[in-house]
Amino acid sequence: MTVTELVSYEDALASYDPVMGLEVHVELGTKTKMFCGCSTELGAEPNSQTCPTCLGLPGSLPVVNAVGVESAVKIGLALHCEIAEWCRFARKNYFYPDMPKNFQTSQYDEPIAFNGYLDVQLEDGEVFRVEIERAHMEEDTGKSTHVGGATGRIHGASHSLLDYNRAGIPLIEIVTKPIEGAGERAPEVAKAYVAELRELIKALGVSEARMEQGQMRCDVNLSLRPNGTKEFGTRSETKNVNSLRSVERAARFEIQRHAAVLSSGGTIVQETRHFHEEDGSTTAGRIKDNAEDYRYFPEPDLVPVAPAREWVEELRKELPELPRVRRNRLREEWGVSEHDMQSILNAGAVDLIAATIDAGADAASARKWWMGELARRANEAGTDLAALEITPEQVARVCALVAEGSLNDKLARQVIEGVLAGEGDPDAVVAGRGLAVVSDEGALGTAVDEAIAANAGIADKIRSGKVAAAGALVGAVMKATRGQADAARVRELILEKLGVEG
Amino acid sequence: MTDLIKLTAAEIAAKIASGEVTAVQVTEAHLARIEAVDEKVNAFLHVDREGALAQARAVDEKRARGEKLGPLAGVPLALKDIFTTKGIPTTVGSKILEGWIPPYDATLTRRLKEADVVILGKTNMDEFAMGSSTENSAYGPTGNPWDLTKIPGGSGGGSSAALASYEAPLAIGTDTGGSIRQPAAVTGTVGVKPTYGAVSRYGMVAFSSSLDQGGPCARTVLDAALLHEVIAGHDPLDSTSIDAPVPPVVEAARNGDVKGMRVGVVKQFRGEGYQAGVLQRFDESVELLKELGAEVIEVDCPSFDLALAAYYLIAPSECSSNLARFDAMRYGLRVGDDGTKSAEDVTALTREAGFGDEVKRRVILGTYALSSGYYDAYYGSAQKVRTLITRDFEKAFGEGGVDVLISPTTPTTAFPIGERADDPMAMYLADLCTIPTNLAGNAAMSLPCGLAPEDGMPVGLQIIAPAMADDRLYRVGAAVEAAFNARWGHALLEEAPVL
Repeated sequence: MTVTELVSYEDALASYDPVMGLEVHVELGTKTKMFCGCSTELGAEPNSQTCPTCLGLPGSLPVVNAVGVESAVKIGLALHCEIAEWCRFARKNYFYPDMPKNFQTSQYDEPIAFNGYLDVQLEDGEVFRVEIERAHMEEDTGKSTHVGGATGRIHGASHSLLDYNRAGIPLIEIVTKPIEGAGERAPEVAKAYVAELRELIKALGVSEARMEQGQMRCDVNLSLRPNGTKEFGTRSETKNVNSLRSVERAARFEIQRHAAVLSSGGTIVQETRHFHEEDGSTTAGRIKDNAEDYRYFPEPDLVPVAPAREWVEELRKELPELPRVRRNRLREEWGVSEHDMQSILNAGAVDLIAATIDAGADAASARKWWMGELARRANEAGTDLAALEITPEQVARVCALVAEGSLNDKLARQVIEGVLAGEGDPDAVVAGRGLAVVSDEGALGTAVDEAIAANAGIADKIRSGKVAAAGALVGAVMKATRGQADAARVRELILEKLGVEG
Repeated sequence: MTDLIKLTAAEIAAKIASGEVTAVQVTEAHLARIEAVDEKVNAFLHVDREGALAQARAVDEKRARGEKLGPLAGVPLALKDIFTTKGIPTTVGSKILEGWIPPYDATLTRRLKEADVVILGKTNMDEFAMGSSTENSAYGPTGNPWDLTKIPGGSGGGSSAALASYEAPLAIGTDTGGSIRQPAAVTGTVGVKPTYGAVSRYGMVAFSSSLDQGGPCARTVLDAALLHEVIAGHDPLDSTSIDAPVPPVVEAARNGDVKGMRVGVVKQFRGEGYQAGVLQRFDESVELLKELGAEVIEVDCPSFDLALAAYYLIAPSECSSNLARFDAMRYGLRVGDDGTKSAEDVTALTREAGFGDEVKRRVILGTYALSSGYYDAYYGSAQKVRTLITRDFEKAFGEGGVDVLISPTTPTTAFPIGERADDPMAMYLADLCTIPTNLAGNAAMSLPCGLAPEDGMPVGLQIIAPAMADDRLYRVGAAVEAAFNARWGHALLEEAPVL
């Protein structure tokens, strides 16, 4: 690995204008593979989900998965693409042991969807339009595991293991047109695009699009051109950048690396590059010269795909509200700022908050718990919000208990802790831990009387009109009740007993 | 026993159904015949004695139980070694698949079994169906039963030789450029290439996917039709399979008649390179058709002159991709895996050792034709020619008003083994008349029309029908067959020397 001297990001942008192309592969969530009836379930014994077709045995033939085509059309429509009236699959020929037929059944010059766009919203609310070149259908390859080497790459390995369970799983490859004009925000645009695309895919219900499981994989193509020029520079293709943060880092790194090479008079080699999570760097992979010739030709074993216009229009009508539109609607309904909405999105809390509100909570409370206490706990546990062992319905119940005065915030946090610890529903935790607010007016009254007696000086101040001083007495009462009192009610009682109008 | 092997499939089925003979007796007679002559003929790569007898016993038991038997129940068949057979070797005539035992049956294999047809074994063929003489088999050439020093045609020479030597009354072939019809022609048997998509390709090892078509081989037109009906029909496992009823081929074969039919003679299929005796027998066939009441007209199909060139771009292109899977990783031959070589090296060494010269020639040709910068000039142009050829057919069958076209099946009779082995172009010319049908995807048959006077070898008459009109082949074929047999006083094959 050669150490690359980078120039600072600011210096790079002072001289160069980045142009990006993003290629995203999405594994569809179909029950069966793209061209055979094998299961797509993850985590099965290696090679247990295979058949003559996905193993490429002599004589086997593919049959197109209709749900795969429908998913592709939905994605195309959601990306505002034109849907081909007639298109074919093509064979992409190259040798690799994890590719059973030594050609990948893909699409070449007749993609099912083309010429679209996706509007993505940046942190500050600015909307950037990413033009879509095409979305096409293809099949995944098998999986190679290289054993015996230090890096897990084929170099230095003693042998390789092949698992064909993944071979033939439907993929949609979505390719952008060159993304120009993003300037210094290019890495942010890249990240926002992938994030928005992921939301879109999930909203369409065609894939769970979990990047950490490889269900969505991104290649970042990047080139620089001197500021003020039109012609694209030579690009690098950073493969398999598989988290949102990595997409941003990879783009940023490549901008700095390209700038370093170009400003020192060097030339960029057109090559694939590997991204390294540890330090955010990329290193050279295969050189892509003209020797790479996939010899595409129309797949003769499959008949053309011709989505009927009426069917396409039906699918268009059934499209769900697009995530960005939905977010903007929710943002207004919830009354939060662009910035806060962005944080909610980044935290993966949009659906959770919406569901909590649907379960009866008010927007402010739902947001408060998910983005506060729960976000903190998810962060501590190093998991996603959605992975926490608490449902929106349970959070809504906590909100309701607070609203009716049965819980205060402090107690509510303990209830949440109990739910997360598996102690049952909020009501069960309240009962089990004895967390109900002290609402017995008699007991509270006694505590208030005691506090007034013990703090005569403060009581006098309040009587003389310094209502703000009541806080100290509230604190004393709360302490005496070990936090199990409703602070607002305590305050009312204090003022009442001292004959002061709140 | 000798009697049993001379019977037609229809006769055998009738005798089994009536209880005159058992399926086991029929199978044993054919196994004995294979035992006796196949050392000389080399029609079979693998004889499945036990499996065949088990199938035969099952038929006899079925009959004993009083169950209804299918029209070909108990009839033995020779299966070209290009269809997968679960548990039985499938080599495609290649070293690269030596020892491979498929884990699944081809759809065609399954249909044969379901129809209680007894599969005797797997027949020899040119490697990956690439050739016109069966000399390209990695397992030695097959002899023509009419003259064992001559080729039995190819690629399905094993199947046609098995029929002509009475080792089987039925056989299966595949036809990518003539591999059913040309072997039928040179062995004096009947072979049909059905309409593309009529017979499922699932489990048929691919040579050229857009051209390959399995079909029936037999000694009579009726037998071919009976087999056609068993193997044809829609298969959801083959996307290119026709989802429509099989044309009434058996009914047509039982009702041979050409009265009032318009028969077109393709102008392009004669001239230089055509053997005199072949043209003589062909001309007699034309006269016969007229006598039988057909109207014969000449038809111009100018694009047919380009067919061979287009074929030798399309077929190699597709095969270069289809054969890429033979990489030593999952099945078949593996050479050089000594723990020191890379996967790429092992793949290269395996392909070097496992593929024969003709296969390598076509893989290289096809790889070149598909390469960027050459694609449009070669593969692209060839596809355009294909369209033109299809239009020539459409014109003849459409505005030309022709019901069927006829031609010699092949320009010459069987040539001596070895004669064209080193001259690929001469070999390719054997398919001159058969290739246009593969490119256009319609149906054609070859049936015997006599012996060439100069060498006493069989000559084939080709009948070509529009797509989905396969029944016309049988209607015309049955009429011609009956008329010739009446003229000769017996079937042509009776004149073949006794092996």
